[in-house]
Amino acid sequence: MADLSVEFCGIKFKNPLVLASGILGVTADSMANVVRCGAGGVTSKSLWPYEHMGHPNPVIITSEHWMLNAVGIPDAGPEKAREEIARFREVCDAPFIANIVGGVMDDYAQIASEVATMHPDMVEVNISCPNVEDELGKPMACSIGKSAEVTRLVKERLREAGSEKIPVVVKLSPNVEDIVSIASSVLDAGADGITAINSVGPGMVIDIDFARPVLANKVGGLTGPAIKPLSVKYVYDIYKAKKCPIIGTGGVTTGRDAIEMMMAGAGLVGVGSAVWLHGPEVFGKIAEEMNEWCDANGVKKISSLIGKAHENR
Amino acid sequence: MKIVNTLPRAVTIKEVRVETEQVKTFVLDISVGAKPGQFVNVWIPGLDEKPFSVAMDNGSELHLAIAAVGPFSNKMHELKAGDRVGVRGPFGTRFTCKEGEHLAFLAGGYGAAPLYFFAHEAVAKACTVEFIVGARRKDLLLFTDRIEKLFSTSSALRSSLHVATNDGSAGHKGFNTEVLEEIVGKEKISCIYTVGPEIMMFKAMKLAQAKGIDAQISVERYMKCGFGICGNCCVDGLGVPTCIEGPVMPLKKVLKLRDFGSYHRDKLGKKIAF
Ligand SMILES: Cc1cc2nc3c(=O)[nH]c(=O)nc-3n(C[C@H](O)[C@H](O)[C@H](O)COP(=O)(O)O)c2cc1C
Ligand code: FES
Repeated sequence: MADLSVEFCGIKFKNPLVLASGILGVTADSMANVVRCGAGGVTSKSLWPYEHMGHPNPVIITSEHWMLNAVGIPDAGPEKAREEIARFREVCDAPFIANIVGGVMDDYAQIASEVATMHPDMVEVNISCPNVEDELGKPMACSIGKSAEVTRLVKERLREAGSEKIPVVVKLSPNVEDIVSIASSVLDAGADGITAINSVGPGMVIDIDFARPVLANKVGGLTGPAIKPLSVKYVYDIYKAKKCPIIGTGGVTTGRDAIEMMMAGAGLVGVGSAVWLHGPEVFGKIAEEMNEWCDANGVKKISSLIGKAHENR
Repeated sequence: MKIVNTLPRAVTIKEVRVETEQVKTFVLDISVGAKPGQFVNVWIPGLDEKPFSVAMDNGSELHLAIAAVGPFSNKMHELKAGDRVGVRGPFGTRFTCKEGEHLAFLAGGYGAAPLYFFAHEAVAKACTVEFIVGARRKDLLLFTDRIEKLFSTSSALRSSLHVATNDGSAGHKGFNTEVLEEIVGKEKISCIYTVGPEIMMFKAMKLAQAKGIDAQISVERYMKCGFGICGNCCVDGLGVPTCIEGPVMPLKKVLKLRDFGSYHRDKLGKKIAF
């Protein structure tokens, strides 16, 4: 039995696998169920400072290799989030990451003030959804200047609420010219770590019988196995430049995938679309496969693999 | 079998049957291999996509009994033979029974349609079915002619249809759950199957629990994806998506739900009391 536990930004996880934001993350009980199925921690669906409508259906389509989604981040607002986080604390002791989002700068400030008093273990700032856009443009807030400004604002609001100890990770979009310089700017602005990556694209699927795009939003973010070579590369690049804590996310479905992501530099591994292929039980499956690989290769502590691929040039 | 590819298929409507003033049956020119209790997502391009319980899949046609209750179902009711819709699925769990059992079916709303589908299988397995259909008035009773016809076939003669209406215009005057109570008092029923309004199903659950009878209950929550990703349809207590571990849930699971009979969630995940 290898030791799969990791410490990330000072928080202890029983294994490095965390539920990615937007998958089964609407209710406390469903996130607790994901932990029962083997996840080391969970991330909430992105939380808005107000009620936010999603897109009409169809919102998700899949094939063997990818998933395309434009759910549009529906959310009932902070009152519901507060109730669900409190409930999660009652029923589950795994780390809880509150993912927050906004359409304008002030939204991020407002929702940061709100979650500061909900006591999540970590805050993940989503500046990278390809399906919503407001004053921040598309992908949202992904310029060097805006991403740093959002980060500073969130840190400041947590500090004002006396919650400066809650680590902040910023979730980045791959749909930019230079992801490493954006990572650099948010880390300089005070972020404790990075989540990479959010969905790729957006992409489109056309139904030829109806001669129109299938998703009601026409376009949607690409996720799942097809994007793993990209997520691994971005995690590798960011780790190489910054050596910071990274939640490596994108296309992980097996224990080998998760280990690959860790070798690229991930301290935690986000898993989302794989739930479609294997159900929430995928977390237990991946953890078991990681364990087997470690045993077969004489690895005692999974954390010793973080950034390993950088040692061999 | 796991469906990996969830792209909709364009399907032609072969026929539209008017069942009651609220309900039409859409006969679609496809079989998706759906089993009783499962659902499919129906897509009207440019409008929306919604889950519907399968009323029949006979290997060549897919039947959906749809009540006009909102913008989507109203639009469905405007569609005619020859029009096309998108279909994906089947998704979710199914009703099951063993050979030769004595069963009670409790249907309200459109619930008679999926239970009628299941009745074929139950009868073929030499089960005796007490099929209880309820509605506000006689003319809103769904599928009762067809159920009687099925039960008049030689293999199903021991099965019976029971009717309840709120105004007494047909059958028992009052709730169909009162008829169920009477039947389980008299007969040795091995399992109760129920589809319809949650308050009705909640009463059936309580009765099953009190009498020590098993039950299979169709738990419905607001669905978006239909296949276990978006999380909108998760039930509290177990925390599982009803599109994967439901709609049909065994009594022992339903007893662990915190929301069943008390609240559901809207499309933003906000709790709404029943
Ligand atoms: C249906 C769906 C909804 C998502 N919603 C969110 C969201 O609300 N906030 C967010 O930061 N990322 C969201 N994502 C992105 C995922 O968290 C993750 O970054 C991405 O799916 C890549 O990982 P995967 O390949 O394991 O799914 C969503 C992804 C999917 C598939
Ligand atoms: S409808 Fe999306 S998880 Fe069930």
